[in-house]
Amino acid sequence: MATKPTIDLTSVLANAVRGLRLSERVGALPNVASKRTRALKGRVKGAKAVVSLCPYCAVGCSTLAYVSDEGKLLDVEGNPDSPVSGGHLCPKGSAIFGMTVNEARWTTAKYRAPFATEWEEKPLDWVLDRIAERFKKTREETFVRNLPNGKRVNHTLGIASLGGATFGIEENYLLQKLMKTCGVVSVENQARI
Amino acid sequence: MGNGFFTDTTLCIGCKACEVACKQWNQLPADGYEFSGNSYDNTMALGGTTWRHVAFIEQTGGPETPPSLNKWLMMSDVCKHCTYAGCMEACPTGAIVRNEFDDVYIQPDVCNGCGYCVPSCPFGVVDLIAHADYTDGRHFESDGRNHDDATQTTGGIAGKCTLCYDRQKVGFTPACAKACPTESIQFGDVDELKARAKKRVAQLEARGVQSYLYGVDSDSSVGDLNAFFLLTERPGAYNLPERPVLPSTHQPAGYTSAALAAAALALVGFVIFRA
Amino acid sequence: MPGLGTSFGRGGATTYVQDLQNADCILIEGSNFAECHPVAFRFVMKAKERGAKIIHVDPRFTRTSAVADIYAPIRSGTDIVFLGALISWMIEKERYFKEYVTAFTNAAYLVSEAFGDTEDLDGLFSGFNDVSGTYDTGSWHFEMEEVPRSDGNGTCSQPKRDETLQHPRCVINVVRRHFSRYTPELVEDVCGTPREAFLEIANALADNSGRERTTAFAYAVGWTQHTIGVQYIRTAAILQMLLGNMGRPGGGIMALRGHANIQGATDIPTLYDLLPGYLPMPSTLREEQTLEGYLHHAAKPTGWWTNTPKYIVSLLKAYYGEAATPENDFAFEYLPHISGDHSTLPTQIAMKDGAVKGYFVIGQNPAASGLNAELARAAMERLEWMVVVDAYETETAAFWRREGANPSEIGTELFFLPSAVVLEKEGSMVNTNRMLQWHDKAIEPAGQARSDLYLFHQLGLRLKALYADSTDPKDRGIHALTWEYTSDDPHERSLGEPSALKVLQEINGYVVVPGKPRDECPQVAGFADLKADGSTACGAWIYSGVAPDKTTNRARNRKGDEIASLDWGFAWPANRRMLYNRASADPDGKPWSERKKYLWWNEEAGKWDGPDVPDFPVNKAPHTAAKAGASGLDAHSGSDPFIMQADGRAHLFVTGALKDGPLPTHYEPLESVVRNPVYKQQSSPTLREWDRDDNPYNAPESPDYPYVLTTYRLTEHSGIMTRYVPWLAELQPALFAEIDPELAVEKHVRNGDWVTISTKLGEIEARALVSGRMRPLRLGKGRRLHQIGIPYNYGSLGHATGDAVGDLVALAMDPNVSIHEAKTISCTIRAGRRDTFGRSAADRDVPADQRTIQGESHPHGRDGGAA
Repeated sequence: MATKPTIDLTSVLANAVRGLRLSERVGALPNVASKRTRALKGRVKGAKAVVSLCPYCAVGCSTLAYVSDEGKLLDVEGNPDSPVSGGHLCPKGSAIFGMTVNEARWTTAKYRAPFATEWEEKPLDWVLDRIAERFKKTREETFVRNLPNGKRVNHTLGIASLGGATFGIEENYLLQKLMKTCGVVSVENQARI
Repeated sequence: MGNGFFTDTTLCIGCKACEVACKQWNQLPADGYEFSGNSYDNTMALGGTTWRHVAFIEQTGGPETPPSLNKWLMMSDVCKHCTYAGCMEACPTGAIVRNEFDDVYIQPDVCNGCGYCVPSCPFGVVDLIAHADYTDGRHFESDGRNHDDATQTTGGIAGKCTLCYDRQKVGFTPACAKACPTESIQFGDVDELKARAKKRVAQLEARGVQSYLYGVDSDSSVGDLNAFFLLTERPGAYNLPERPVLPSTHQPAGYTSAALAAAALALVGFVIFRA
Repeated sequence: MPGLGTSFGRGGATTYVQDLQNADCILIEGSNFAECHPVAFRFVMKAKERGAKIIHVDPRFTRTSAVADIYAPIRSGTDIVFLGALISWMIEKERYFKEYVTAFTNAAYLVSEAFGDTEDLDGLFSGFNDVSGTYDTGSWHFEMEEVPRSDGNGTCSQPKRDETLQHPRCVINVVRRHFSRYTPELVEDVCGTPREAFLEIANALADNSGRERTTAFAYAVGWTQHTIGVQYIRTAAILQMLLGNMGRPGGGIMALRGHANIQGATDIPTLYDLLPGYLPMPSTLREEQTLEGYLHHAAKPTGWWTNTPKYIVSLLKAYYGEAATPENDFAFEYLPHISGDHSTLPTQIAMKDGAVKGYFVIGQNPAASGLNAELARAAMERLEWMVVVDAYETETAAFWRREGANPSEIGTELFFLPSAVVLEKEGSMVNTNRMLQWHDKAIEPAGQARSDLYLFHQLGLRLKALYADSTDPKDRGIHALTWEYTSDDPHERSLGEPSALKVLQEINGYVVVPGKPRDECPQVAGFADLKADGSTACGAWIYSGVAPDKTTNRARNRKGDEIASLDWGFAWPANRRMLYNRASADPDGKPWSERKKYLWWNEEAGKWDGPDVPDFPVNKAPHTAAKAGASGLDAHSGSDPFIMQADGRAHLFVTGALKDGPLPTHYEPLESVVRNPVYKQQSSPTLREWDRDDNPYNAPESPDYPYVLTTYRLTEHSGIMTRYVPWLAELQPALFAEIDPELAVEKHVRNGDWVTISTKLGEIEARALVSGRMRPLRLGKGRRLHQIGIPYNYGSLGHATGDAVGDLVALAMDPNVSIHEAKTISCTIRAGRRDTFGRSAADRDVPADQRTIQGESHPHGRDGGAA
């Protein structure tokens, strides 16, 4: 301890009974470990470790996701091979499991009609079809071929898209390729500098 | 000879990765969502479902104090895995064992939730977990839960850091030490950790930083701590006891005075009845 | 990031986080490094353990400050004064690295006589047009001279130089004069930073720079989210040039990016004004109706951008396949043109005015994290339809049932698509090191959740089907769009999931073999293979090399090492980890010092050697002479390390490329509590604002709003991705406001009490966190200033909740990149809770005369505050 050793009665007495006490000998007694305790082993033992990535910040810590034979997520932790993270994670990275396996997640497609007071569940394909129809209708209504000054512009300012920094480059690639080809130019994410 | 933690508070950045990594591995529920106002600490203390806890200590002067003198200390606290563990001594069921890694482990299948261990811990680490705490906090689908350590499915038991006994058994570093970004929490053989820690104290001293080890070469009745700390302020600053005392050290005096009292009563009785 | 781009050539962090451990000193400013990037911070701690000096300059004493060797407080929004004073101090005390500066920067160039500095023009540069509120940058130029071309064919023009640095108009002297009034005394008066702390930092930087030692800078959005954000970065860039720390181990400027793929979303831009690889979008504001016209602007005669034609033509081939032919300008016409600023904030205003009908919000949450967030929510009410793609219900998805709204009056048709999270899909993200890292798929998506790749691909398929019969010329691009990404994995194919690898292979680029399907066309090995004749296709030239053949995915390389880790992931460009690394050697090609050795010229082998990929032609000898009048890199000498720049040099003085000045200048934030003590001009004349009833600003020096409010993020949270996670929510469960004890006493607020913080725009409530870590600053003339800090992570949903601080921040932005001001506004505070949210000015339509076409912003203009 930090403090200077001092003689006090409790220490003297404690030292006097050292060696007689149960606490020193408990671990040496194998019969106190229960069957469960003896069988204990970390749940990642033998599980498949999949190399993934932390989705939170731009440090880009590599992660290992341990998955059971049945495909259930068991644990997510840092990947020690990563030269960036060395296997460490911050609190957010340490919580990837809780972000993935979470009752609050919305995992169904939903629709809210104009002026409705509730969401309704809809099949994913129905929602995608309906979005495509709305997209086409708005594009047709708002597409501009030429500006008043005669310059070709071939765009629509009636549709906008926001987002990109939280999903992958392949996904960004498809999104901007599609949007810009359709003439949607207000394609943005929070990176502005 | 055993495995433990060396927590070097001079490297801590207070990120709380240890708290979360611990809860993730052990599938412990959140304790609640109360704003404490106590610096950046909202979990407040170690408990039955919080097995790592980062304490934040602000030491700031008035507005005229030079900014360089302001301090914000952070320290990740944990069960000390004492050489002489009060909880073990108090446990009447044999639920608390010292395992092959020399760590103090509560066997949830043996524990009957009597709670004798709780006041017996000189550090206030052990806590009882009511069954309701678990169900209330179960925000995760059961499939992902820890099937190895049944603490979560048993109600009314004592809970504290296991030093990731189940991970150690398969050669894994405890979750908190693995996550810690700045390696403020180091895991390993206690003797090696102590040697490293002593070097660290000397190194810091050479840089003009005064520090000491809490729980090493201890003369306290709990003995050395398998989870020890490098601190720069007095233990009280971190809400640690200056001199932790094993409750059983009071027993000899207690028994003696009881024996003396009995003897005195006997003497009195003898005198009375003889008369 | 044009601050870095105009200075050095590329808009990305110049180094990698692991290299920070080699620094002898690290200046962290505009970043709360330990809290926002804790795992990268371990390299700062390693540097500290090796004896490096860690400096943190910040309005708040944070977890970063707690472990720094030197902490200096600063008034939010005054960093250009602080850094400018460091520049001035280095020059005046001759503490800068003269050999480096002379050899590698434009210090010796003579600035044109027509240039007028802010020192002479009351805080404005020459060329300001009071009508348009913008600069004519024509006078921000060098004095040119005619020199004979190397090929003997006449002459060419190049900047006049004075290598002795004596001429009063040579750049270094222009810089010296520009910053001459930025003194330690001014720092104390304007920034509130004690003079002693400033001098300690100045000495630490100077002592730890030069041949033997290097200093690294780390910044994040604390520097960028200002109306003069680009100029903050420019100031840091100038300082690092002067100290000779660029392109050297333990040096550089570490731009700490925020989100997991924010760098990737800039490289492959979901940004209105860029195409992949930093190619500009065609614009009607320039003469770009044809590919030739486009290239006239986008390609440069010298430096790397000579290659632009190869990149844009290969991009068009990747987009439109066989439909892109030399005869039709490679289908250049299928690309839309931009006609103004279509970035986030103008779009938000346009949406509020009803000009936007349909809106996709993907993994972003403007209703909680947006600026003037109530305006953003009100704008959503005026949409016809909106699609939200996320893994959780966000405040954006819930805008129609927020406090104060009546769902039965909101006609927006809403769609929610459940997205897979990172473990549930494969693909790559680009970290702050510019490094692509592939992640494998670990588990199946929960419920109906799907990858964003699937959702975008499906939308494309459906649009192609809807337009299949169209003969309208405007739809030809949709017909031509190459959209075949069928997965080779039978399981993924059965789910309809496209192959992310095939997308990455298209991004890498391939040789177009006439008549052969895409699958049979070989990959290109890197961007050096790209051609401008349509014989190659490439989705993003800067990533070319990541998938050089069908079986190699270098983003999935997973072998790290102790230095540059060239076999871990793939960094653009060409796997270079440290940019401009030629500058780690002196002009002769020898390391500046043994201690700071990184890249060097190997005379025997005739190539550059070192642990990294040279950011330089590998066989170009140091003494290679520049060829006057030549194109591409031939115009550079063997000692011009900044290959992207037209002249191969780092730019202390930036000609023309920035809209708010060739040199950084201190202007007060739009809502400053202080009069600009440096110039008559109060705020940047070119900053962009919207003066509307639904976007009111606090007047400068308003007695009603006397405190500085600054915003930031916490370690424990990001936003919607953490507030629903119990383990994180319990750590920081509620919104709080950090205030200093003196202000708390004045306002009768105790720690933990509710407080209400307000601006002219709105009010929010938070719990008071009274802390001595926050300190009142002492400014000039005895002025005492309180700063309040509020984190930006909260919203009404999840386990951890709180008001959105965006409800206090009116929209204003910088003219170069449309980055918003979110770090320095003014406010007031009172004890107690706020009123219930009702309809506010932000919800109401504004009169027609306040509206602009498509949400266009106004320039701030000359404000002529009293001197």
